[in-house]
Order: sequence, then C-alpha cells, then structure tokens
Amino acid sequence: MTDPIRSTAAEMAAALAAGEISSVELTQAHLDRTAAVDGAVHAYLHVDGAGALDQAKAIDDRRAAGEQLHPMAGVPIAVKDVMATKGLPTTCGSRILEGWIPPYDATLVRRLREAGLPILGKLNMDEFAMGSSTEHSAYGPTHNPWDLTRIPGGSGGGSSSVVASFQAPLAIGTDTGGSIRQPAAVTGTVGTKPTYGGVSRYGLVALASSLDQAGPCTRTVLDAALLHDLIGGHDPLDSTSIDAPVPPVVEAARRADVTGMRIGIVKELTGAGFQAGVQQRFDEAIAALVARGAEVVEVSCPNFEYALAAYYLILPSEASSNLAKFDAMRYGLRVLPDGVADPSAEQVMAATRDAGFGDEVKRRIILGTYALSSGYYDAYYGSAQKVRRLIADDFARAFETADVLASPTAPTTAFKLGDKLDDPMAMYLNDIATIPANLAGVPGMSVPTGLAPEDGLPTGIQFLAPATKDERLYAVGAALEAALTETWGGPLLDRAPDLLLASADLRVGAPNSADATTGGAR
Amino acid sequence: MTEATIPFEEALAAYDPVLGLEVHVELNTATKMFCGCATTFGAEPNSQVCPTCLGLPGALPVVNEKGVESAIRIGLALNCEIAEWCRFARKNYFYPDMPKNFQTSQYDEPISFGGFLDVELDDGTVYRVEIERAHMEEDTGKSLHVGGATGRIHGADHSLVDYNRAGIPLIEIVTKPMLGTGERAPEIARAYVAALRDLVKALGVSDVKMEQGSMRCDVNLSLMPKGSTTLGTRSETKNVNSLRSVERAVRYEIGRHGAILSSGGKVVQETRHWHEDTGITTSGREKSDAEDYRYFPEPDLVPVAPSRETVEALRATLPENPAARLRRLQSTWGYSDLEMRDVVNAGLVETIEETVAAGATPAGARKWWSGEVARRANTDGQDVSSYAAGLGVTPAHVVELEGLVTAGRLNDSMARQVWEGVLDGEGTPTLVADARGLELVRDDGALEAAVDAVIAANPEVADKIREGKVQAAGALIGQVMKAMKGQADAAKARALILAKLGQS
Ligand SMILES: [Zn+2]
Repeated sequence: MTDPIRSTAAEMAAALAAGEISSVELTQAHLDRTAAVDGAVHAYLHVDGAGALDQAKAIDDRRAAGEQLHPMAGVPIAVKDVMATKGLPTTCGSRILEGWIPPYDATLVRRLREAGLPILGKLNMDEFAMGSSTEHSAYGPTHNPWDLTRIPGGSGGGSSSVVASFQAPLAIGTDTGGSIRQPAAVTGTVGTKPTYGGVSRYGLVALASSLDQAGPCTRTVLDAALLHDLIGGHDPLDSTSIDAPVPPVVEAARRADVTGMRIGIVKELTGAGFQAGVQQRFDEAIAALVARGAEVVEVSCPNFEYALAAYYLILPSEASSNLAKFDAMRYGLRVLPDGVADPSAEQVMAATRDAGFGDEVKRRIILGTYALSSGYYDAYYGSAQKVRRLIADDFARAFETADVLASPTAPTTAFKLGDKLDDPMAMYLNDIATIPANLAGVPGMSVPTGLAPEDGLPTGIQFLAPATKDERLYAVGAALEAALTETWGGPLLDRAPDLLLASADLRVGAPNSADATTGGAR
Repeated sequence: MTEATIPFEEALAAYDPVLGLEVHVELNTATKMFCGCATTFGAEPNSQVCPTCLGLPGALPVVNEKGVESAIRIGLALNCEIAEWCRFARKNYFYPDMPKNFQTSQYDEPISFGGFLDVELDDGTVYRVEIERAHMEEDTGKSLHVGGATGRIHGADHSLVDYNRAGIPLIEIVTKPMLGTGERAPEIARAYVAALRDLVKALGVSDVKMEQGSMRCDVNLSLMPKGSTTLGTRSETKNVNSLRSVERAVRYEIGRHGAILSSGGKVVQETRHWHEDTGITTSGREKSDAEDYRYFPEPDLVPVAPSRETVEALRATLPENPAARLRRLQSTWGYSDLEMRDVVNAGLVETIEETVAAGATPAGARKWWSGEVARRANTDGQDVSSYAAGLGVTPAHVVELEGLVTAGRLNDSMARQVWEGVLDGEGTPTLVADARGLELVRDDGALEAAVDAVIAANPEVADKIREGKVQAAGALIGQVMKAMKGQADAAKARALILAKLGQS
C-alpha cells in the first residue's frame, strides 16, 4: 500500500490480515493526517492518539500471537461525540457537558473495542445533534473538505468530513432526521441510517429517542456494510433494540445486484425545491441502475408533505425531556447565578442551562416544552403522532410496488458556512427528504452521485427500504457505486481538492477551491 | 403558623367529607425497576447506582419483569382490570433528587384500573373503597438537608442526595373519591390503609413498612356542603406515614377545611405537609396551572402487554384475601370478636395458626401466646413471633405444655410457671417441669387427708355445702390447694369435697 489512508476500510483490513501493514502504522498514518489537515477541517473535538495507538499495539500483539481476530480488527475508527466513551470526553458539541468523561461505554463503542478497532477520537457535531451544518457546535464549525468555506452537513459534519478528508476510514454517526445521510451527500461519502432498533442506542446521548439511530459513515458501501454488521444486532440494554440477527448487509454489498429490483421514485421528493445539479445527478444515477437491470416505478407518498411539521413537534418534545437531565447536579457544567448570595438548586440549574445550552438547543427545548403542555398536547404532539402513522402507511403502500425508494438525499449541495444560520426554517428544509425515514423507522442510505455541474460540489442519492430490510440498501448502493466509479474512472473523492493546499488557501482567504465542475456520468 | 380549625363534629354538621387516598407501595424486587441495581434498604449512600438510575447521558431503561408481575398481582388482588396493552409515560419536572428530571411513571394507560377493596371497620361494617387505578412508577432519590433546624430544605446549609432509592419500583394505588363516609372518614381512611397494607403483605410483593417508607400515603380531602353533589376544592396532605397519622390527618383537615368554609373562605388547592409531632398540616407548594408535568409516552421503553394467560397464571398465585382469611380463622377457632381483634392487633394470627396446626387447641394457642410472651415482647419492643423465634420458643412447646395439662401432670398455675421457665430459656416444658419439680400430687391418700383436715377445720362451710350451697366449695378447695402447696389437682379436690359432703 503506497498511501494507506486512501484505501478503503476493507482494503485496510485485508492488508492488516496479510501482514502488509500493522495497526500501529495504520493508526499513526491517520493521526499524522489529522495533525496535517484537521486544523482546517475541524472534524475532531478530541483526538486520542495515545489511546488509539495503545489499542493498535494490543491488536498487533494479538495478531502476532496467532489469535483469531475480528476481520476489521486494527482498522481505526472515529466516533461522533454523542456516543458515551469510557475514559474519553463526551460533549455532544455542548458546553454543558464540557469536561464530562463517561464512566461507561455505549454498547456500540464496546463492540468496536471488543472487535479491536482503535478509536482515534471524538467527532464534532451540532450541539446535541440539532442542526444540519455542524455550525451549532459550541466548539466551532467543521469545514467541508471539498470547500472549506462550506458546511459539511449536520449534525454529523465531523463524521462525514473525517472520512472525506482521509483522517479515518470509518466513523460512527447518528441520524435523527438525516444527520448521517445529509452530511454524506454533501461530502461525497456514504452513510447509512439503519432500521430503528437495528443498532443499540445504549450510550447514545438521546436527542429524540424515538427517532435516533446510530450508523456507519464511510467512503464506500462495502465499508458501511462491514461497520453496520459490526455494530448492529440485539442489545438487552436497549428495550427498543430489535431481537433478530443483523440483516445480511455485507453479502448484499458484495453482490451489488439490482437485477429485477424495483426502485420507487418518490414523486413528492423530486423536482421542485431540488437544486438542478442535484436532480440531474439523481436522474443519471437512476439511469445507471436501470442499465444494471433495475426497474423504475413512480410512487406517491402524499403525507410526506407533513413530515417536517410532525418532526419539528416530536423531536423538540422528546428533546425537551431528554435534555432535562443536564441540570448541574451530577455532572458537566455548573454555573452559579450572578449576584445571588445563596443560590437554590433551581437557580443553579437555570443559570447552568442558560450558560451551557446554545440558541438552537434552547429554541427546541422551548418548542418541545410548549408542544407537550397541558391543553396543547393533543393539538401538537398528538397530531404529530397521527401524521407519523400516516407516513408509515405511505411507506407501507409504496413498498407494495417498490423494493426500495429513492430520492436526492438533500435538496442542495453544501451551502456556505453562515448562510442559513439566522434562518432556522431554511436550515430545517435541508432534511425534507431524510426525515420521513426516521418518522417511520425505516432504513436509509446516502450514496454519492457525483458533483453538481453548477458548483462542482458533491451530490447524493438516498435509498430507503422497508424496516429490517437494510440489505436492500447495500445491494442497490453498491451497484450504483460500482457503476459510477466506472464512469468516473475512480472514486469521487479522488477529485476532492488537496486539503494541504486548500487549507493554505483558506488561510489567505482564497475563494471556493473546488473547480471540479466536470463531474457526472458521461 | 397554626391555622384555624373548628371541632370535628361542628364541621361534620355542615359538610360531608370526600376522601381520596394515594398510596405508594415500594416493591421488594431484588433489582430496581429499570436497571440491575440492588434495592437493599439502608445501604451506604450512592452505592446502589449505575448509569441508568443516575440518569447519565446515553443510559437507557429496561423494564424489570418481576416488577410488572408484582404490579399485576396487586391489581388483581384489588379486583382491578389488567390492561392488555399499556405504556410508561414521562412525568417531567425538575428536582435534584430526580436524576433525569422526569419520573418514569404511567399516565393515561395504567397497568390496572377499576377495582375495589372491601374494608371492614371495627364494628363489623364493611365499606367498599373503589380503586381508580394502580400504576407502576419509579421512586426518586432521597435528599438530606444539612444544617437547618428543621431538616427541611428551607434554612438548610446544603443538601446531600442519595440515589440508592432512585429507580426502585413503586406501585401507586389511587382510590376514587370516597363519598358518604361522614363522621367515619378518619376511621375508614385508617382501615383502608391497614387493609391495603395487609393485602400487599399477604401478596409478598412489598415489606409495606410505613416507618421505613416502603409504604407511603397521601391524603386528599375536601368538604362539600351537606346535600351538595359538587366536590369541593381538595388539599393533598403528603407523606402521612402511619395508620394513626392517617386517621389524625383526615380529622385535622376536616376541621381546617370546615373553619375556612364556615367563615366564608375558599380552600386553596395545594399540597400540605403533615407534622407527626403536633398533629397538624402546614401549607406546601400551591398547586396551580403552572404545575404541568407534560406527560408523554416514554419512547425509551416498549409497551407492556401482558398476555391473558400470564394474567390468569398470576391470578392463580393470589393468596386468600386477608379479611376473608381472618373471618374464616375466627370461625374455625371459635374466638369472640374481641378475642380475634386482640389476636390480630398483637400480630399473633400466623403464630396461632401454626400452633393449632401443630396440634394445640385454638383456646390454648391463644392463651399461651397472648399472655406472658406478648407482655415480654411488648416490653422488648418486638412483635411476638419474632420475639419467640429469637428465644427459640416454638409452637411445639405450646403443644407440649398443653399435653402436660391434659395428661394431668400440671394444673393451670403450674403450667404458667413452666411456661415462664420455657421463656427464660430453661428448655422444653417437660424439662422445665422436671427441673422445677412441678408435678401434681397423684397420691390420692394425701389429698384425701388434706380434704378431711380442711372439712374438719371449717364446719360452718361444710354445713352450707351439705345444705346444697355447692359454690361454697371454692373456699375449701383453696385451702386444700394451699395445704398441698399447689401441687394438687383442683378438680379432684373439688370432687372429693363434694362427695364427702354428700353432694356428688
Ligand atoms: Zn441502577
């Protein structure tokens, strides 16, 4: 391997197994990359170089001793800062958790450790995963590796950009309304939101419990499948976890077979409202799949129109309750109110929450508190739950005629940092296509479709499958990836600007560095 | 600050009380409701905690199946319907001893609802208490306010929180408004809580120790003018934690509400604190529209949907209703109402049951357990059965003692001495009797000589007996017994006296 960090995780695993590289070397290479580029990208909130190298060394030793290891053992990974990691800071991008070091591991983190994947560090995110741009992180935004003046998507901008900038081959993201898929789309990477309950939520600091789902963020569909397979499966510590084996995602990704697969184009999620280049690449992607043997059907999901409204009632309602635990009593930030001689617990709670939460978090806590209030519950939370059922019904009907559904993942390519910060509604509209899957609990995946002709920035397609049929996403995603990679003559990320130069440009205030406006299926 | 009250009778002359009781029962499951932490009472503070019950970010709850079973059994014992499908809900409010700042409880979908409990009062009247619901929830932690004079948060220097109790399963049992109790309201409230305690204890699902807080009672009370059907504004008196206090708190609140209403005032809907020492309640926080718990279904838990087979299987495990059981035992044992009440109040029912089962007569079992043992246990501040167990005194000892009397070896007063010896740890009744040389004189010659001597010494009494005043024999029997130093069979002495004086 000449440049180990540009390999796929599957290739890294093979090289480790073949003894061509050690986990320590591989981990060190990624840490070096981070040292070089993360000053510009800011994907990480916390890098644990020593810890990662220790784990890498342990794996190398076990391999040398002839131990049977997990196939992914030794491949480093980075984790979104919303997952509890024993001994490693976990802030959720919020001041209120500054300095908190969990005494326990999230179940999926435990599985990563048990499989022997060195954990490189914790990734930036919108505060408590509220946002679509990572600009709501209390620790500063993450920059899109394709154009450092643009957003990397959100809330998992750290997870998307860390793989897009080759600082890690694998990352964990979480998706409550699109926080894995939309960042993947705008960074030219792959991200899967598994079926709700497919991956344990134990240790995932909840934003909205009924919507949150952790999943893989990678550069290839097969890598996503390998990571999905590792972190998925039943967890007795999560009551909402599905008690069934992980769907055969790896096998599906390897076969990449769409012969006879019926792809449903969601009428309500195409055309108007989607950037021309996004729509164009989407249409080309569908054509490529048809060329590989898929069939196209049009489906209608009329209730998707109300998804955003329902989502912005359910999410803040659950979040207002989930975030109540941040009260300065047991962990995290504690702020004493100004000018109060002998403050009560209540006053300390209020002062801490005022100082510790950012504006977007406060906005949603207030929204949710209002929506759950006596007298408003039926009109808001109750109605939203009804819409949720209608959306699930729409999915059920659509899946009678289609095996998977497809739409552009996000309406636009990455917008400029700061562009939508003062317009919450414009920000919320980013998730218009991704939210229905969370409301219905079905799995979704975003796969790159190329670069939009008008701005040279990555575009993505989203596939959706019925609950527990996650393998279909991998089959269609891998088929598309194969077709487009062939068309492009290599991975899309090969066209990303050289970050070492780009970050230098950023420092001198150079404009948009992405000049690759020639992408696409030609 | 003491508020005005009017005499109980005066209040009742003008108003009808409406009672409502909310009782929290702490289940005795080995682990907490939503995590695997132990539930041992009195453990080192914060030694029985984990990410879940501490409300650490990311931790999730998992329902304790045993807790659900106990909840269903309580519901069934209260003649409730058991929901086919129900959910937990979050009750949102901020308080330092509540780790998540919401309590996982149940709201509009309780596990059981619509039952009743028949409560028997001292005079045998039965009052039916309608049960609104019995739902599952978790307990909070415990705050300890340090540095204040009162132990309350006001004036305290700082507060310590112990989360060992956080997450312990609770069942909250809520009555429907209890109407028509009239002057018996305090008595009914007490009897209901006592009956509920006995019921839950019989189920074996809780220790129901009010003094340790494993059973806690909130008393809701309102008055309505006589003849009215419109409920008045209620007060909620929290943590009334003994049977006697329940009765007193109801009585006090009736007088307080009566004073407010009869002077034309308005009762404020509020929670009140009960003061055991002074027997009054004082205002807590005012309940208003501002108190909004923003209930919604707990998204971290899946619904609880007990199959009908499970429910029926649990129904089959229900013990006999405690009140019905007492009625059955009383009739089997032939005790008077008074005797039975004494036995119940002394906590002797189980002991007597075991003793009768071991072969004693019900009268004997009652006599031996309720006399000297009860007196000693009481002095020691213990209940009789644990006191006796501590001494190693068993039902078999009672059976043996009774056998010695029946066999004619001991008379009653000797048996009492033997029993004292047994309680003093001198061994079994036979051993004690042997060691103390207690045995009725079986030599009839000695008895006859004594009888002759007593008759000779009391000619007037003897004459009366000869004339038919048989009851006068008692005086002679006493003298015979004295002469025999108590070691004679009184019945035999009596028979002999009467025979010699021509009355047999
Ligand atoms: Zn616990």
